[in-house]
Amino acid sequence: MNKLPNNKMKNTTKNEENLIDKDISISLQNITISYAKIDAVRNIFFDIEKNKVTSLIGPSGCGKSTVLRALNRMNDLISGCSIKGQILFDGIDLYSDKIDPVEVRRRIGMVFQQPNPFPKSIYENIAFGARINGFTGDFDELVETSLRKAAVWDECKDKLNESGYSLSGGQQQRLCIARTIAIEPDVILMDEPCSALDPISTIKIEETIHELKNNYTIVIVTHNMQQALRVSDMTAFFNACETEENEDGKVGYLVEFDKTSKIFNSPKEKATKDYISGKFG
Amino acid sequence: MKVSSSKTSLNYNRFSRRNLIEKLLSSISGLFTIIAVLPLVLVLSYVLIKGGSQISLSTIILEPEPPGDDLLSAGGIGPAIIGTIIISSIASLISIPIGVGGGIYLAEYSKGGSFSRFVRFGTNVLAGVPSIIAGVFIYAVIVSTKILFGSMFSGIAGGLALSILMLPSVIKTTDEGLKLVPDNLRTGALGIGASMFTTVIRVTLPAAFRSISTGIVLGLARAAGETAPLIFTALFSRYYITGFGDLFYEMGSLSVLIYNFALEPYEAQNELAWAASFLLVVILLMMNLFSRLISNFASDK
Amino acid sequence: MTLENKGKFLLKIRTTKEKFIDQGFKSFSFLMASTVSVVLFAIIVVVFLESLESINRYGLNFLTTSNWNPVTDEYGAFTAIYGTLVTSIASLIIAIPLGVGTAIFITEDILPEKLRETIGLMVELLAAIPSVVLGLWAIFVMEPFIRPFLMILHRFLGWIPFLSSQPIGPGIAPAILILVVMILPIITSIARDSLNQVPNKLREAAYGIGATRWIAMFNVILPAALSGIAGGVLLGLGRAMGETMAVTMIIGNSNSFSWSILSPGYTISAMLANQFGEADGIQVSSLMYAAFILMILTLIVNILAQWVVRKLSLKY
Repeated sequence: MNKLPNNKMKNTTKNEENLIDKDISISLQNITISYAKIDAVRNIFFDIEKNKVTSLIGPSGCGKSTVLRALNRMNDLISGCSIKGQILFDGIDLYSDKIDPVEVRRRIGMVFQQPNPFPKSIYENIAFGARINGFTGDFDELVETSLRKAAVWDECKDKLNESGYSLSGGQQQRLCIARTIAIEPDVILMDEPCSALDPISTIKIEETIHELKNNYTIVIVTHNMQQALRVSDMTAFFNACETEENEDGKVGYLVEFDKTSKIFNSPKEKATKDYISGKFG
Repeated sequence: MKVSSSKTSLNYNRFSRRNLIEKLLSSISGLFTIIAVLPLVLVLSYVLIKGGSQISLSTIILEPEPPGDDLLSAGGIGPAIIGTIIISSIASLISIPIGVGGGIYLAEYSKGGSFSRFVRFGTNVLAGVPSIIAGVFIYAVIVSTKILFGSMFSGIAGGLALSILMLPSVIKTTDEGLKLVPDNLRTGALGIGASMFTTVIRVTLPAAFRSISTGIVLGLARAAGETAPLIFTALFSRYYITGFGDLFYEMGSLSVLIYNFALEPYEAQNELAWAASFLLVVILLMMNLFSRLISNFASDK
Repeated sequence: MTLENKGKFLLKIRTTKEKFIDQGFKSFSFLMASTVSVVLFAIIVVVFLESLESINRYGLNFLTTSNWNPVTDEYGAFTAIYGTLVTSIASLIIAIPLGVGTAIFITEDILPEKLRETIGLMVELLAAIPSVVLGLWAIFVMEPFIRPFLMILHRFLGWIPFLSSQPIGPGIAPAILILVVMILPIITSIARDSLNQVPNKLREAAYGIGATRWIAMFNVILPAALSGIAGGVLLGLGRAMGETMAVTMIIGNSNSFSWSILSPGYTISAMLANQFGEADGIQVSSLMYAAFILMILTLIVNILAQWVVRKLSLKY
């Protein structure tokens, strides 16, 4: 990993935020991620804007989840996973040796594919994260506002002391979103948050995402193109191509990154067009 | 309502309270690990060095001398080696058919009813019965009643006591090994009209053979090192067996030899106990490592 | 298959012999499965019947007196019961943090995986060393080595009843330490399995909101693994109560009662190992009574262990 000093990026300093039309939160610069020396994705470049929803789409196996998990160093948990290139968060290289991954995850929270509440009460599910992040305010209030923001307060308010597992799948997932909101991250990463849910829960979570984007930067991985179209401002389309390194291996790469409306209406690349029109994937 | 009022640096701060506590806890768990592994290293090195230095051809072959007769030499451990092999074989001959048969019933025939639940529960409970209780039981049933053609302490009684200890592990490994066999093998055989007997003997048992034999070897290794069930069932003997009839008389074994000679005040006997420990530990560790190797090889496939 | 072969299948109708074998095999395996329960019952019943004479004669006084005199035929097992409880509980208290700490250390990614697997294997091999060999090691190596430390303990803390006597060699304290060595592998390997079974999504959930390794461990992973660990601890307790040889060789085998763990003592299993071979008459029955008590204790602990694993397991 090359350690460049804090790069002077398109966004300069925070004081000048308002002067710049594009306000970048996370910038991926030539990212290559590999598991046990075999590349999973290669040479990714794109910028994630503040207070926007960015969706990552593409056929399965194209490495979009891998890229997402790299953004808050969740891949550290997988042994043998290594990364080349730079991911700059507010201009700071997240993979520099000086960085504490725990601090990173407190600023960039994550919602997972499967709802994964803790085996604790609903109240504790929210309060636990806030407590370990050193929250000193009113916990009751925090629990309520977080659950409200995640649009699950009405279902939970009468059973805050019951286990998180007493909720339905969709409610559990919104509880997990509330849990992430409660630690007030700058960025929320969502890894196919609706893939395990029914259509009605999916709509509710999409509404939640709409609410949240005023205050948070959101990056969402989805295999559902309609969902990407509905919720996101920017879309990155990934694809996988055969690689010579290993026989049946594929390596993911970024095909196109643009405004969602552009990707879906007038994509530059043929592969994008084929994918969104359902020709493969 | 801001969690962190000011944006803190993302940099890793080695001296922050949180990171110091993390480091401290990791170090403590590392220290505990060292303490847990230390006894194995110490015991093994003592047994291998002190016991290994006593091993010679004559120690392996000779019969042990009675304590105090000869202060310089205590003879050898030959009869004890043979005794351990015989007693373990008797235990295997009894427990393997019962255990494998019972395991087959649990995995192949029972439909999860209350009987099989009860047997599984009983197996777990039997596995927790202290080994000395098995000795007490055999003493009460066989030794004190002289039910085996008038003989009291005998190799057969010892083997029976050990078989009680082996039985739960044989049943368990058979049960679990058979349950791991994919169901489509079973339905495939039954689907072409094979009887349940043929299916089990020809299809499922061979498929589970490796894991079952691994479990049996581990159970045997545990039984072969046991002492408590033998000290008042097989008792001890200093002599080689000379014929089949000797199975009905007292029989020596490595573990009881270690126990008896460790408590003797004579150094020669103590050293023989170390030599027997060396042999016993080496054999048992080999059995353990060997069966693990087999099961690792099987799971890699 | 063409119909030309129709007459060539001789076994389209099963022969009586085949049916007989099939049915016989089923009955055989059923019989073998029943054997386990029969053996278990037989052990309980036989030990109880053999101890009846002593139970009738001494009743519950047997549990509370510590005379053990074959000459006058007075028997009380209090010293041995106290020794059994003290050694097993004290060894458990030491072994729990060591075993669970080791299990955490080898399931977390603190060290490279190969090294962790090696450590796990070493702990399991410790279980393969026979009790009698550990006893031999305890007599000749461990006890002489720790005696000076026990002496220091006695000098400074001798006012505590448990440390009130001079360590003079074999005794309860070295027996406790050797029991720690014997139950560590059980607790460690069961705790390791339970920790490994905690679904990874819980760990991810904790890390995803900025938990550190040990915050996640104490608040999420350990609670989720608790039932398995508790079961392992209880199995360790049962093992410690029934463990015989190493304890017999190092505990000193003295029936005179003392609160102090630095003095020689007895456990039920040590008493059985020591006296059974030469006992007769009411002494045998009294030993059976003691064995019956030991069996009840271990039965309770083992049944509790199975119950805990089933009842305490968190749903996730």
